[in-house]
Amino acid sequence: MSALSFKNSLGIHPQTMQLRAARAEVLANNLANADTPNFKARDFDFNAMLDAESRRSLEMNATDQRHLRGNVNTDSELMYRNPYQPAIDGNTVDTQMEQSFYTENALRYNASFEFLNSKFKGLKNAIKGQ
Amino acid sequence: MSLTNVFNIAGTGMNAQSIRLNTTASNIANAETVSSSIEETYKARKPWFQVLEKQWKDVDGLDRKLDVRSQVGDGVKVAGIVESDAPLKKRFEPHHPAADEEGYVTYPNVNVVEEMTDMMSSSRSYQMNVEMMNTAKRMLQRTLTLGQ
Repeated sequence: MSALSFKNSLGIHPQTMQLRAARAEVLANNLANADTPNFKARDFDFNAMLDAESRRSLEMNATDQRHLRGNVNTDSELMYRNPYQPAIDGNTVDTQMEQSFYTENALRYNASFEFLNSKFKGLKNAIKGQ
Repeated sequence: MSLTNVFNIAGTGMNAQSIRLNTTASNIANAETVSSSIEETYKARKPWFQVLEKQWKDVDGLDRKLDVRSQVGDGVKVAGIVESDAPLKKRFEPHHPAADEEGYVTYPNVNVVEEMTDMMSSSRSYQMNVEMMNTAKRMLQRTLTLGQ
């Protein structure tokens, strides 16, 4: 496959951005429910998810129906956060922590964006050949 | 697109907090609204927050990423407004026009200190939701400049 195909040249960054956006939603839901009784804050293991995402492209090809599928199974479950200060109403959202996670997630999203953007710039340069 | 969902989630959060702020305002305004019977007296009102579950249930055959997101709630909703069952205060004020036969006037069970802390909490939560929406907006605006 040529190096100029999108799949090869963009690297892991599109998946990273998608996952960052998904995590932003999870964290936003935690923050919106900061005052909801019995709400349990949730999150997912970003590294494990990204790992699963990149390994998914390494799944084995089956050219015969008797071939075994080399599926990479990962548990992409949402997990519950261990609260630092659980509230008396059963809520486990630590607002400050969630806010810092949310901000960090947004920054890392921007970082991935920069990488992806520079990949596109590189492709543009290659096309123009200047 | 997940990031546009953040807008919805922050919107539900802001809506819920503004309803909470409204009940607080109503409670404080009616803190001294007296009447002659327990039934007629104003009782403190509190919003009842619940997680807004995702309406979209069909996750079969979809991406694993989407699968995870379908487990997340879609923000917060106000399931209802409940009246406080704290005891009402009776005061002996025989010259009050609303006094009953024994000379007692019933005052609402509004705890003004509690209402004030509630008000601070809800205004902070509202600000937090606005902040969250702004961050998501900046992220989306950045994304729109991809490849420029």
